[in-house]
Amino acid sequence: MTNKFTNSFRLPFAWLTAGAACALSAFAGAAQAEKIVISNWDGYMPPDLLENFTMETGIEAELSVHGTNEEIMGKVVAGGGKGYDVLFVSSPFAEALNNLGLVAAIDHDKVPNASNLYDEAKELAHDPGNNYSMPYAWGTTGLCYRSDLMPEPTSWNDLLKPSDDLKGKVTMLSTDRWLMGAAALALGKSLNDTSDETLAAAKDLLVAAKQDLLAYDDATFYLKLVSGEATMVHAWDGWCNYGIGENADIKYTIPSEGSDLWVDALVIADASENKDAAHAFVNYVLGADVGVWVASNILYKTPNKAAMEALDPSLIETFPNMGMSPADLTKYEQLRDLGNGQKPFARTVTEIMAAQ
Amino acid sequence: MTNRLKSVILLGPGLGWLALLMVVPCGLIFTYAFFERGIYGGIDHVFTFENFVRATDPLYLGIFLRSAKIAFLTTIIAILIAYPAAYAITLAPRRWQTGLLILVILPFWSNYLIRTYAWIVMLNREGLINNTLQGAGLIDEPLSLLYNNFAVIVGLVYNYTPFVVLAIYSSLNRINVETIEASEDLGAPAWTTFHRVILPQTVPGIAAGGVFVFVLSIGNFITPDLLGGGRLQMVGNLIYDQFLSARDWPFGATLSMFLIAIMMGLLFAQAVLANRAAGQRGQD
Amino acid sequence: MRDRSNMGLKLHLVLFYTFLYVPILVLMALSFNRAGLPTVWTGFSLEWYGKLFTADPILSAARNTLIVALISTVLATIFGTLLAVGVETRHNSSVLDAVLFAPMIIPDIVLAIALLSFFTLLNMTLGLHSIILSHVVFNIAFVVAVVRTRMRNFDHSILEASADLGASEFTTFRRILLPAIAPGVIAGALLSFTLSVDEFIIAFFTAGAGQSSTTLPMQIYAMIRFGVTPEINAMATIVMFVSFTLVFFAQRTDKEVFSR
Repeated sequence: MTNKFTNSFRLPFAWLTAGAACALSAFAGAAQAEKIVISNWDGYMPPDLLENFTMETGIEAELSVHGTNEEIMGKVVAGGGKGYDVLFVSSPFAEALNNLGLVAAIDHDKVPNASNLYDEAKELAHDPGNNYSMPYAWGTTGLCYRSDLMPEPTSWNDLLKPSDDLKGKVTMLSTDRWLMGAAALALGKSLNDTSDETLAAAKDLLVAAKQDLLAYDDATFYLKLVSGEATMVHAWDGWCNYGIGENADIKYTIPSEGSDLWVDALVIADASENKDAAHAFVNYVLGADVGVWVASNILYKTPNKAAMEALDPSLIETFPNMGMSPADLTKYEQLRDLGNGQKPFARTVTEIMAAQ
Repeated sequence: MTNRLKSVILLGPGLGWLALLMVVPCGLIFTYAFFERGIYGGIDHVFTFENFVRATDPLYLGIFLRSAKIAFLTTIIAILIAYPAAYAITLAPRRWQTGLLILVILPFWSNYLIRTYAWIVMLNREGLINNTLQGAGLIDEPLSLLYNNFAVIVGLVYNYTPFVVLAIYSSLNRINVETIEASEDLGAPAWTTFHRVILPQTVPGIAAGGVFVFVLSIGNFITPDLLGGGRLQMVGNLIYDQFLSARDWPFGATLSMFLIAIMMGLLFAQAVLANRAAGQRGQD
Repeated sequence: MRDRSNMGLKLHLVLFYTFLYVPILVLMALSFNRAGLPTVWTGFSLEWYGKLFTADPILSAARNTLIVALISTVLATIFGTLLAVGVETRHNSSVLDAVLFAPMIIPDIVLAIALLSFFTLLNMTLGLHSIILSHVVFNIAFVVAVVRTRMRNFDHSILEASADLGASEFTTFRRILLPAIAPGVIAGALLSFTLSVDEFIIAFFTAGAGQSSTTLPMQIYAMIRFGVTPEINAMATIVMFVSFTLVFFAQRTDKEVFSR
């Protein structure tokens, strides 16, 4: 795009052309100088995605970053979502945003690439028919462990009630839904059950488990496996892949009681002033190449059938959990917004985290 | 210039700013304490005192007390480290002092998160400190320095002591050289000079620095999370969780009000003590 | 006797600096870490420095952070100093004290959400300016507290003497008061700058959407999910070196302005 003319004769000519081009685009600009703002986790999209998107559609796109669902949720609720067009959030949060009227309905006519999705991804529990969200990545939560230091774990209780040689060498996720999720699964209850009995039983289980933990860890647990500080960690499947990439003895497994199906999705903010442009972006992201990038670089599964089928088979050999079929994935329960159950749930989590 | 105008110029901008951008916004949030949480996390405008009743649960008081204990310990250690350091800086040649002061604060222009990661590397079972101690033959087994209260206090002391240095330096520098000389001329030994002349004059600095550390420590949630292994639930985590994880703004507002009330009480007590201590000057 | 205790103090200071800088050295060493792991060493590499200079978001975030910190520090220092002088020389009341301490005590998540809600109510557009407005709030409180400690021991009679000798209010302020409290003002300014540079939650909530309003802490915390790479360590190392060099040269030009 930038031409460097060293010959002074051609320089004025270049400026003239550039000036004319600018003038022309300024006129054409009314229709094309649309701009959208996206909020996503850093490193969750291909680095050149925005550039390529702009080249293909003429729409400018800017990226805002957020570190956790909770933060962007707080910001959108407090600020009404003003300034944002597209948001990447996990499904329970997308659900809550929709219930609060903060996201716009998705016009499927403007998102033809949605046909790239697996059938199962079109009927997800939190948004059957993808009326207000489009899934971007999905996976499970399980146990990530060093196979050279321990036999394969088979139950969530292997984490919650570790054997003596594992005491002090396990970590758990502390994000509230997954913390409680482990206990719920171990007890054979639903992940979205907030009845008093379930919460009390989960609390007892988790307070006891706390004594045997090395630490709670949401972000560096795979490093602890790599360094050997921990032998088994509570992990999301994609993250376990990062560990596997560093040390081939690391393996991922889903305990017999099951897992949760987590889904990260795109939503369009209701406060967006460029909803058409936002739709164009959602459509672009659902294209096969973006899916391939996500799977190959982030090592997450994506519900994009076209992308998953275009993957390099060696990827699946190295990272077996990438090969999990949608049919198997959708066997698991999804985390849903808890509604009124949120309050007793939050209190139980506080009790667990505050326990000595 | 009239007194009135003078007051307006001095107090106007600052107080105006605080009134508009703190009192009003926070006042609005605190009114939420009287309403219910909406089903999906918004506000239901149904008047209630339920939040206040919930906040009196000993669970929350327990969290506050534990946080206060850690914050208090951090404050004492920080003051003990900062005072001699600030004093030493005032002994340095005048033109070096600002530079030395900046050197104290410079490390904190890096990022809190990576400094914390650096401490994890140092405190690990196979980290720098353990390796050095084992290598020097001082210990056989690695010490458990991480994911516990010790690590949290180390992290907090590390990050906040420089602020205490700044506060104490500010009050120390003013010490009238003549009063020190006078004290010595009268035959007072160094300790007495320090304890009866210098120390009382620096009480405001100690008090301010102590407040900084205590307040910043008690609201901190990153250090307990990363260095404490998430085991220690501090007040900072608690309030953060109410607003962001539980999305229960009314309850979060209520807990905050309780916290602010308690802290104001502590501050008031501290101000009374500080005034009394400063009043014990041997001169004036 | 005095010399020995002075030696002890100097030793303490040296140990203190060691305590402060050892983790920084560790942090700098990690910027040369081959793999992108924040806590496990895998070998030497300069790749993160290379990445840094092509990593546009980090550089623009750093620039934004500097702008926010500088402007909010200047504003907070000016207003805070005036406020401190006003409170110490004229009015004082517990209510005022409470208001002045409040920004420190109010949990930052509360301030963050309160400010965002307030700005939204006013239908204000957000951007870097809204972060600055917000940062000044807590910065003022710290500046006031620090400058007040300096004024506590200040002999007010000098001000009266100056007025009796015919000096205007402004002259008295500029030539008597200000030089006397200067170390406190500098300390307050340094404190304010440092707080602003590393502040995340209020910045996150009050920032505008988009990269032009993203500060470095916001950028760094957002990297937690997919890996805080040593690029950040590289950035911090460079910040350290640049700051250190600036301080070194500033010292050499030997300004006696602040040496009272």
